[in-house]
Amino acid sequence: MTTTLMSPDDTLRPPGADGGLRQAARRRYLLRLLVRRELRARYKGSLLGLGWSYVRPAVHFSVYFYVIGVFLGMDRQVENFPVYLFSGMVLVNLFTETLHSTTRSVTGNAPLVRKVFLPRELFPIASLLVSLVHFLPSMLILLGAAIVKGWRPSPESLGAAVFGFAIIVMLGLGLGLLCAAINVFFRDLEQVVDISMIVVTWSVPMIYPWTHVRTHAPGWVEDLYLANPLVSAVSLFQRAFWFPGTGKTFAFPPNLYAHATASLVFAILVFVAGRVAFARMQKRFAQEL
Amino acid sequence: MTSSIVIDSVTKHFTMRHARSIKEMSVRALRGQTLSEKFKALDDVSLTINQGETVALMGLNGSGKSTLLKLISGVMQPDAGSVLVRGRIAGLIDVGAGLHPELTGRENVHLNGAILGMSRAEIERKFDAIVEFSGVERFLDDQVKFYSSGMFMRLGFSIAAHTEPDVFLIDEVLAVGDPPFREKCLDRIRELRGEGRTMVIVAHDIQMLTGLCDRGITMRQGKVLFDGPAAEAGKLVRQDRQARRAAARAGQGGQAGQSGQSGQSGPPGQANGMAHKA
Repeated sequence: MTTTLMSPDDTLRPPGADGGLRQAARRRYLLRLLVRRELRARYKGSLLGLGWSYVRPAVHFSVYFYVIGVFLGMDRQVENFPVYLFSGMVLVNLFTETLHSTTRSVTGNAPLVRKVFLPRELFPIASLLVSLVHFLPSMLILLGAAIVKGWRPSPESLGAAVFGFAIIVMLGLGLGLLCAAINVFFRDLEQVVDISMIVVTWSVPMIYPWTHVRTHAPGWVEDLYLANPLVSAVSLFQRAFWFPGTGKTFAFPPNLYAHATASLVFAILVFVAGRVAFARMQKRFAQEL
Repeated sequence: MTSSIVIDSVTKHFTMRHARSIKEMSVRALRGQTLSEKFKALDDVSLTINQGETVALMGLNGSGKSTLLKLISGVMQPDAGSVLVRGRIAGLIDVGAGLHPELTGRENVHLNGAILGMSRAEIERKFDAIVEFSGVERFLDDQVKFYSSGMFMRLGFSIAAHTEPDVFLIDEVLAVGDPPFREKCLDRIRELRGEGRTMVIVAHDIQMLTGLCDRGITMRQGKVLFDGPAAEAGKLVRQDRQARRAAARAGQGGQAGQSGQSGQSGPPGQANGMAHKA
């Protein structure tokens, strides 16, 4: 047995002070194991395993495509509707899944939070990573479909994709940290978050083009609608993967990139706020759980 | 002597909420009952534990031992006062906490090792030692949910006992396992003690504690009652126990009507225990 006793420069420190997001991100190996555990636990004893992460978006997609696209005729209004729909859907699914699982991440790990000191940010981060693992197959399918429809990578489309993705991840992690912390004190939040996700799905131009809002709603609703960072992110993804394969007659919301920049700044602010709030509230996690 | 743990006039309160939902709250409010109760789990506790000391923390249920251990480990923060610790801390505080039932024994060794602060290389280096110590080799690739409770605890203890921290916190884990494994655990603790690590042990087995520790601290209702030789500290706890038993016997006499009320407010000790499990 090797004896590695403390180095002489070790000083007296308050225990549990070396938490925080940075410390959490530094423990890569533990993060990897936590992600693996989450995936393993989710698909425990199932024959299809991770294959289910293909089935869910496929069903989602089919329902929207047939009901909205074919039955309600959106297919005739939006050129190449399947790709349009799917490029919004992958991003919205990433966002909703991130928020759903990060909100439960701390309460779901209650025994650990109560017994062992770990940077508690590990749990929301691990949830985000699991969502990204699920995002990957959908993203590959989207790429495949876009390529079939004549999409070729270009700097502009890749830039738009990264831009949209960054908004979603920043916003998702920021809100996720906030919700995870608040959920420890008020479990009602889980329900609130899940219900809000229904609103999110319908309040972005994923199933319909944004121009419908302009035609059917007063001006201030349109302004409000376009101020939603998720609308910018979804538009950017459509700009990246759907638009190049169409006749390029579609008009995106005005000042898309200005809106998107504002959205990214907003998302970063939410992230900073979420991080600070989480760091403050986590001091009381162990006694509340 | 360098100090390893310095606890300076630490106070910790807990709030017990009797009602969580709006319905429960309004019912209690209408009845004129309180919605929550605040109690002191630790009351102005000051202690200094030196490097290499093995200290037994004794006291009845709810005297604040576990709370104190949680403050040392950093899981909880004190309301007032300060806790300072030197070096890496690891705890044997409910060894099963980090084990995931859906994962195999092998995966759990890695996961739990990483949770307790070991690096990947460190886990791989100690893997065989951990497995051998736990004695679950044959079931290493089975999911932990199929383990017997003894095997579960053995694996948990074994991982924690190989973390090589500077400060080792042990809470009520020695009560698990069959006698041979328990003996093995004690040997391992003696070995760690021999390496000059600081240890704080909480257990109810006073005889074992006095054999293992040089110093005993007796706690009563969140305060340090005694700090000195382990045998003396153990005696005090025995007295406390007898007093509580006597009180319980006397209480059974003519206070049947009050039993409901005492269940709610209870001695501070019991309330403390409940808050932990809640």
